[in-house]
Amino acid sequence: MRIVRFLLTAAITLFLIWALNRPWGSTLPMPLGKFLSPQSGFWQNAESVNYSFNETLSFPQLKGKANVYFDERLVPHVFAENDEDLYFIQGYLHAKFRLFQMDLQTRAAEGRASEIAGPMAINYDKEQRRLGMKYAAEHSLRAMEQDPQAKSFYGAYTAGINAYINSLKQNELPLEYKLLNFQPEEWTNMRTALLLKMMAKMLASGEDDLAYTNLRSVLTSEQIATLYPQINDSLVPIVPKGTIFPTPSFQPQYPVSADSAYFGSGFTTAATEAYKPDRDNGSNNWVVAGKKTASGFPILCNDPHLELSLPSIWYEMQLSTPQTNTYGVTLPGSPFVIIGFNDSIAWGVTNSQRDVKDYYSIKYKDKSAKEYWFNNEWRPTQQRIEEIKVKGAPSVFDTVSYTVFGPVIYDGNFTDTVTHSAALAVKWMAHQTGDDGSTFYKLNRAANYNQYVDAIKTFECPGQNFVFASKTGDIAIWQQGKFPNRWNGQGLYVMPGQDSSYWWQDFIPQDQNPHALNPERGFLESANQRPADAAYPYFIPGGYITARGIAIERYLSAMHSATVQDMMNLHNNTFNVTAEDMLPLMLQNVNVTALSPAALKYYKEVKEWNLMADAASRGQTIYQVWFDSLRRNIWYDELGKNVGFNDLPEEQTTLELLKKDTTALGFVDDVTTPQHEDLLTEVTAALNKASALLSEREKEGKLQWAKFKDVSIFHLLRTITPFARTGLNVGGWGNVINAVKKSHGPSWRMIVHMNSPTEAFGVYPGGQSGNPGSRFYDNAVDTWANGKYYQLWMMKPEEKADKRVKWTMSFHNG
Amino acid sequence: MRFILSIIIIAAASFFAGLYFPWWVIAVIAFLVSLLLPQRPSASFITGFIGVFLLWIILAASINSSNAGILAGRTGQLLKIGNSPSILIFVTGLVGGLVSGFAALTASYLNFKRGAGTN
Repeated sequence: MRIVRFLLTAAITLFLIWALNRPWGSTLPMPLGKFLSPQSGFWQNAESVNYSFNETLSFPQLKGKANVYFDERLVPHVFAENDEDLYFIQGYLHAKFRLFQMDLQTRAAEGRASEIAGPMAINYDKEQRRLGMKYAAEHSLRAMEQDPQAKSFYGAYTAGINAYINSLKQNELPLEYKLLNFQPEEWTNMRTALLLKMMAKMLASGEDDLAYTNLRSVLTSEQIATLYPQINDSLVPIVPKGTIFPTPSFQPQYPVSADSAYFGSGFTTAATEAYKPDRDNGSNNWVVAGKKTASGFPILCNDPHLELSLPSIWYEMQLSTPQTNTYGVTLPGSPFVIIGFNDSIAWGVTNSQRDVKDYYSIKYKDKSAKEYWFNNEWRPTQQRIEEIKVKGAPSVFDTVSYTVFGPVIYDGNFTDTVTHSAALAVKWMAHQTGDDGSTFYKLNRAANYNQYVDAIKTFECPGQNFVFASKTGDIAIWQQGKFPNRWNGQGLYVMPGQDSSYWWQDFIPQDQNPHALNPERGFLESANQRPADAAYPYFIPGGYITARGIAIERYLSAMHSATVQDMMNLHNNTFNVTAEDMLPLMLQNVNVTALSPAALKYYKEVKEWNLMADAASRGQTIYQVWFDSLRRNIWYDELGKNVGFNDLPEEQTTLELLKKDTTALGFVDDVTTPQHEDLLTEVTAALNKASALLSEREKEGKLQWAKFKDVSIFHLLRTITPFARTGLNVGGWGNVINAVKKSHGPSWRMIVHMNSPTEAFGVYPGGQSGNPGSRFYDNAVDTWANGKYYQLWMMKPEEKADKRVKWTMSFHNG
Repeated sequence: MRFILSIIIIAAASFFAGLYFPWWVIAVIAFLVSLLLPQRPSASFITGFIGVFLLWIILAASINSSNAGILAGRTGQLLKIGNSPSILIFVTGLVGGLVSGFAALTASYLNFKRGAGTN
């Protein structure tokens, strides 16, 4: 009997250990026993609130000594003796505080998310590989490693990351590795290149070419030009109106077949983007010259609008050697400060929104995709066989065929597996760019306008609006990137790829990128609008956003003796400039007698609205729901079959069109009904429809704008909601200056006052530590949500005894 | 006496072994201690259980208190047991205790033949 009991209990014991030592599907991807053990599991990541970050570290790669002083927000102030040590330590600190995000983002960039997330990420990975992310990164890597100086910085940065990874014990692994049961992977310069390509994808791949191609079959070119205008009527460009541009030295030629084979072509495609970047990825930046500020010194401001996540995309640092001293936000996974200031200048960036990605239809000889028709012959494709490893499932293989244009991104295998319309190759600026990171190395060290121009002029993709201010009083802005010099209309739609006539013929010369220096009016701003008005002599399509620029321009024009406080107010301003024009138009076109009782109540309320989209506003909610309903009423009946809601004519365009033409070229009429609808019927119907949703939300107590939006900052693993911050009380919207949407918005707010000493303020919605078990994980979220800032401390080497220094890490060679 | 001694040895040995070996080393230790210090099966189970239950609870509680409950609250919600560090600490102890208890129980059946096994 004993032996039976022995065997039975032995079996139970072993079963328990087995069950607790293995993952259980996606709900519990971690082995529970290992995870709960206080000596190896998540408890080890519960950092003491009094944890001391003091440490003495030695590494053979270091050339000299260095000290890192952490302030009360855990911002490291790095003092090294030379650049290599500086970037070694930057790498070490990025890894120490943000390893998981760097690892995840670069694996995802390469199309390896399925290794961590399992089968749900296969399509994501396929699209990354078919877009040629790795191919693009290989090109950049070559440039990064060609220049010995650049190679030594990237190499030092990589070595710093690996020094940290190699020092990690299993119990010290970041929490996410324990949850998802995987291991960190060695860092390489290639992964830094991949991270920068991820930024390029986020910011320079969101064109609407496929949607436009399909719209071409239902709309005339005149209709497309009106519904999707190149230049909005209300555009306030980045470069002040009236700027004179030189005549281009090169005029791109229309292909002879353009009218029939391109503009008039009936070509449509069923291919769709699987994961399109958020169209609200954008930003604000502006700079006010000394003549408009109270102090007489310029003030520079920037707030890049990106997906808000925990940990944040940004990590704040001061990077200092005897030759250089820079403060600002850095991107974990890349060396240098990306947005910030040094002792002489300050700079910030917004996205250019320019279209630098085109599609070409490819004619294969046969299904093998080994040859395609180009310039009157069958040319061989270069095929890359991509193995996508999948967690918990067999690998998936995908063959990507490369043409002269670039990789074939969509074909019968992906994503159009039903109708098998023509294969589409993608030509993307990011495929062929050099070492864009070097711009930031130089910017970190630039001391004046000329050095700033020299730093940014080699920057290629994603095109950015670099705003600038110097201690000597200069203000400037450049829209910088490498952009194709297109013939009028080139690249709006899928282009024929059977010969070289639709090829990009030339690039716009760098010195002709839109720019401005010290304008008479004393300020410059950019907010993702078209950079220049119709006087700019190039065809520059893009996903421009018009509204915020109008509002910023209006406030800055009216401002005198501006102070830092005025800038803070402007960052947090929630004036809805679109509603200012749109709401009166809507109110005029309501048939009050046809409103339901609920609709009538909201009608009366929104009439009294002060046009501010602040957190407590009910008027903003009523307006936005009403307007969205109207926009759908106007466009969806005609265009809904061909494009999704996001690709319908934009809010700004709808507004401008209705102001000129209350039938909106006849689109106001609902084609699904026999009778004729006019704007009065449609606006009234839209409010009646909207009031149903509004009543429902009101019953739930969610009519106030912030509650309606439910502003939330999710952990990078979006499904882990306990690591998120939800229900934040923040106003704003994509078309207002404080561009906070549901989980998208100002990812860093920075104000730099170029007086002596420099006065700077900043905040991002997160915290310096990526560890959900640290008090520094989300400590800045409330400060950000309340529109408050931290004063940024440009520490001097002699201030190491300052009371703001809480911990010190010393690095030695050894 | 043997009962108390076993608990102390299991807890102490599990702690030191836990610094170098995977979490399931607690089972090996409870098994060995129960084998070398024989007790009745029920007493073996209880010593194994209490030894690691106490160890893990004390470790978890002390980590939790210096962390001010930040991570335990988040992890508790993740494991769907609510934002309560004390429940999570208890669950932690329970899991460790059960593994260790069963390992000790297993060993006790090997001992019985030698006829030993009272406190």
